[in-house]
Parts: sequence; structure tokens; C-alpha cells
Amino acid sequence: MAGPMNEAPLVEMRALTKHFGRPPMLVHAVENVSFSVNRGEVVGLVGESGSGKSTIGRLILRAIDVTSGSIVFDGTPIEAMSQRALRPLRRRMQMVFQDPYASLNPRLRVSDIIGEAIDAHGLARGAARAARIAELLNIVGLEAGHAGRFPHEFSGGQRQRIGIARALAVEPDLIIADEPVSALDVSVQAQVLNLLQDLRLRFGMAMLFISHDLDVIRLICDRIVVLYLGRIMEIGPAESVCGSPAHPYTQALLAAVPRPDPDRPRIRRMLHGEIPSPLSPPSGCVFRTRCPYALEACASAVPPLRDLGDGRVIACVRDDIEFDVPV
Amino acid sequence: MALAQAPLLEIDQLEVEFRTETGPIVPVRGVSLRVDAGRTTALVGESGSGKSVTSLAIMGLLPRPFGRVLAGSIRFSRRNGEVVDLATVPPRGMRAFRGSEIAMIFQEPMTSLNPVLTIGEQIAEQVRLHLRLGREAAKSRAVDMLGLVEIPDARRRADEYPHQMSGGMRQRVMIALAMSCSPRLLIADEPTTALDVTIQAEILALIDRLRRENDMGVLFITHNLGVVAEIADVVTVMYAGEVVETAGVRDLFHHPRHPYTRALISCLPEHALRGEDGRRVVQAIPGSVAGSLDAPGCKFAPRCVHAVDACQAAHPQLDAVEPTHFVRCDRWRAL
Repeated sequence: MAGPMNEAPLVEMRALTKHFGRPPMLVHAVENVSFSVNRGEVVGLVGESGSGKSTIGRLILRAIDVTSGSIVFDGTPIEAMSQRALRPLRRRMQMVFQDPYASLNPRLRVSDIIGEAIDAHGLARGAARAARIAELLNIVGLEAGHAGRFPHEFSGGQRQRIGIARALAVEPDLIIADEPVSALDVSVQAQVLNLLQDLRLRFGMAMLFISHDLDVIRLICDRIVVLYLGRIMEIGPAESVCGSPAHPYTQALLAAVPRPDPDRPRIRRMLHGEIPSPLSPPSGCVFRTRCPYALEACASAVPPLRDLGDGRVIACVRDDIEFDVPV
Repeated sequence: MALAQAPLLEIDQLEVEFRTETGPIVPVRGVSLRVDAGRTTALVGESGSGKSVTSLAIMGLLPRPFGRVLAGSIRFSRRNGEVVDLATVPPRGMRAFRGSEIAMIFQEPMTSLNPVLTIGEQIAEQVRLHLRLGREAAKSRAVDMLGLVEIPDARRRADEYPHQMSGGMRQRVMIALAMSCSPRLLIADEPTTALDVTIQAEILALIDRLRRENDMGVLFITHNLGVVAEIADVVTVMYAGEVVETAGVRDLFHHPRHPYTRALISCLPEHALRGEDGRRVVQAIPGSVAGSLDAPGCKFAPRCVHAVDACQAAHPQLDAVEPTHFVRCDRWRAL
């Protein structure tokens, strides 16, 4: 359900790069990452630890500064904008966090947690403010009567709903959700995934959905960006990336996900070795040290993004691989 | 499976009580399960199901003085053939079992490793204690153990400290520590939950190989049904402190009988149904476990789509569907 093709993307990253520290302790967190999120589109950022997925979310929100590259939000470059100039744009992007326990101030009532966002942008006062809070609680499946309670009175799933209500309070164009269901039990995770899909249909906001969980990503996203050690491995429509992965890393990642199917062969080909340190990423293709298909050439040059036509782009020089393991 | 043989571990009607400021709670009630030598029993449940408390009770690690075994037995068959009820073994006596006959690994290896000792020293210390080996023999055993858990370049890495290793490597070290005294039973409490999925796959394969090669019983505690399908021979599902279903792994996935087990399988994202509006509807279980803890009848009844009035009133017993398949639901025949 991507936005109309003739419309400019809502947010576009070009050659986004973020390094932390300085040599010899220079961490290459995000390296030359380019992708966009269209209006109303849900894009998934998936990868293992150290892939840079959360860093990208924080860069877009300008919680941290870029090392190089650009971020264009609705036509405006924001990577160098002052915090003051950013303020009106801030309202248009909101964040939902992983830990529903740590992300809500325990001393504030729910009405103040949600009200803070309304106040910060001067959206409503007095009775209108209270009515808006009640409305938001209803939207996320809580009761208006919950407004006077404190976070500890809620379960993990309910707290995540409060976090979502807070994000919705300012009617954002973009929600950046960083592992929003990872801390929840599966039965509750399902409720929140359904809620997020409902909200998207109802309000049409775009979402950058960050997760390590491929099943969740596949379910909720239109397109997926697969990251490894801060670099893009594959981009494409969720169904084709998960259904017929084109990059060896995507394929390995999918094969490693345990499936609730006791008849599936238990011994499968898997990756060996550790994820290399982002302090000294491998030369050339960063995945080559674990890639079963790596050639000598993979060590010498970073593979350019190659367009496969079907909306898919991969960073792999090999076009002769037939994956022999069913995903 | 040699049914005639005494099970390695057999828990019968275990009940655990915690005293709290607001009165006693019973996080585990009437739990029965078994682990056979050379096989893996998965204990599955969401938060608050009592699965970790059950494992702590086996290890004699319930927090004292607040937690205690109220009723039931934990029969463990020792290396010498003796069968002991661990629930009656005094705290000091448990040292004879922990490490040498029963070992445990946890989700977060960093909290179980000593940050100021090299990993080689930690394993050597353990084997000197339990196996009464000399210094040099213990050190060389430590290196062997690191090799056993497939840590490359074991001799060099034995001199590293825990902080120098990745999460996956640290979990391998924990497994090496656990295996160093050749335990008969390994209790693994969510050992791969904090790991990346490619690393998780390797650790699961490692635990499975060690089980096979050492004829070791494994009690694998997890919330992840994918992991269960990957590693278990037998599955015991817990909900709100009770066992709701036990079955062989194929039977459990192909013919789940308890509504909770069925709901748990259906609510996985990969079993989502496509709605008319393009949404992928996940079949969520309404409510949360909090509403179940005080339920007088079936604990799952408040969230169960099949519940009738009788379910709220009478507490169901475990019923045998087949000799190896048990379910705690009065309506299983009707569903």
C-alpha cells in the first residue's frame, strides 16, 4: 500500500553514515545507507544486533547527529537543522519504544503522559484536552477512565498501548517504532500488532518499523530493508524478500528463524562464526566472512546496490546462486 | 524410549508458595512433568506461567525464606541409581547435586559469570571443586570444555575475560561450565532468548549435540514455540502456574487439545489471516494472564473463547487423551 508513485517520499535517506567514537575505537554504526519511506507506507528495518537499525531511527529523529549523508523530511533537508528549527517538524514524527516499562514516567498519570505531547505542541487545552486524551485512550483500546491511573497499574501490553496513544496525540505523519512488541508475550504481541495495523488503516500514517523479528516485520510491513553491520544487504517488498530472498544474508537469516513445525528438518545449513566487530568491519562486503557463497572478489570492493527489477535491490555481486535450502 | 526405565526427573503435583507482603501466592500449583535420559522436555509458557519457578524448585534455588515447596515431589534418579526426592533435600545437601548431576544455564550469561576471572579459571575452579582435579589437569580440562562447545582457538580464549566475548560466546562458556562435570540433567532457562537468531540456531544445535553424545536429559524452558519445535521431544505447556497440556512434540503441534495451546500456536504472526481490508489479522488471545491468576475454575477460562459457565466454576484435572498426551480442559472431547 505504498503512496502514489508520483509523490515525493515522506522521508528519504541518502548515503546516511554514522560513526561513533574516534580511531582506533571508531564504530561504523551506519555506513552509506540510502532508502526512503513513502507517505502511508510501512517500512521495516530488520537486522541482528549491531546492524544499525536503531541508530537509523535515532538519526531520523535527530536524537543524534549524522556523520555524513542527508535526511530529507517532506522535501526539507533536516540533517543539519538546528533543534529550534526542527521543532515544528518534531510534531510530525513520533517514536514508540521497546520497553513499555522504561519509556513511561512512573510518576505521571496516564493523562499527563499523553497530555505532555498535546501541551508541548499547544494542541488543546482544558476540556478539549481531556476529551482528546479520552479519545486517544479509546483509539488504542483502553478506557477513558484509565486516564487518572499510573503506569504501574497496567500490564506490559496496556503500557505499550499508552505509548502508542502518546505518539498518536500529535497526529504524526511518521511513527518510528523501535522493537515495539519485542518485550511482550506472544499473546499480547498479537493484540498490539493488530492495533498498529488498525491505526495505520484509520490514520494513514507512515511507519518505520524496527525489529529483529522477521515474522513480525513480514506481517506488518510493505517493504523491508535488511541490514547487516550498518550496511544495506537487501531492500524489497516484504513478501518477495521473505518469500524468495535474493541476498545470501537474508536467506541465512530466514533459515535461522525457528518455525513451529516439528516436521521441518532440524539440522539446516546455518551461518558459522561471529558477527564481526563494527570497530573493524571486514573489507569489501561486510557479510563475506560468514557468507557460504563468498568469492575472493568479495573482499576487495564494497558491492554496489544492484537493481533486480521487481522493486528489489541487493548488495551482492553474485547473481548465480540458487539457494538449496527451503526457507 | 525405554518406558520401563525410571525417568531421570519426575515431578509430581509440585506446589510452590511465595510469602509476600500482601499474603501468600502460589506461582506453581500441581505441576507434573518428566524428563527422560537422552531426551528433551520443553517447558513452555508466557510470563507468569510458573515455568522458571518450577526450574528453581528443582535446583533448590527458591529464594529463602520467602519461597518453599508446599507439596509434591521432585524425584531425580542419581548416577548411582538411587532415586532422591529433591523437594526433601536440605539446602546444604543440594550441593551434591548442583553442578555435578544437575546443571543449569540461564538467559543472561553475563550475570552468571565472574567478571574478574578469566573463563578458563572459572571452568577450572568448577572442575577442581567437583572432580577433585589438580591445578594443571583442571586447566587442561577447561580448554577441552571450550573446544567441546565449539569455541575456536580454545587455548587462547581460555585466557579472556567475559566482557571480551560476544553474547553467543558467553553462552557457550556457560554451557561449557555446565557440561564440565558431565551432568545427567541440564536445565536451560531461555538460554537463547537474548541472542540473535543466527547465533540462536548454533546454540540450539550445540545443546542438542551434547544431549545426544552424553545421553543427557534436558529441561528446556522457553516461551518460543519455534524453538520448541526445533529442540523438544516432549512438550509441557504451562499457564498461570499450572500444566495445561503435555504431549510428544509432533502430537502437540499437530493435535493440540487445550484451547490455550491452540491459541498460542494460532497467535503467531506467521499464522495471521488476511482480512478483506488488506490487514493481516493475528489471532490474538484477549486479555492478559493477570486476569487468570485468581480464577476459581479453569485458569484460562477468562480468556478462552470456548469457555462455558461450568469452566468458571470447577477446576479441571489433567485428563489422559492418550497414554502420553494429557490435557487440563473439561471440554477437550467437545472441541
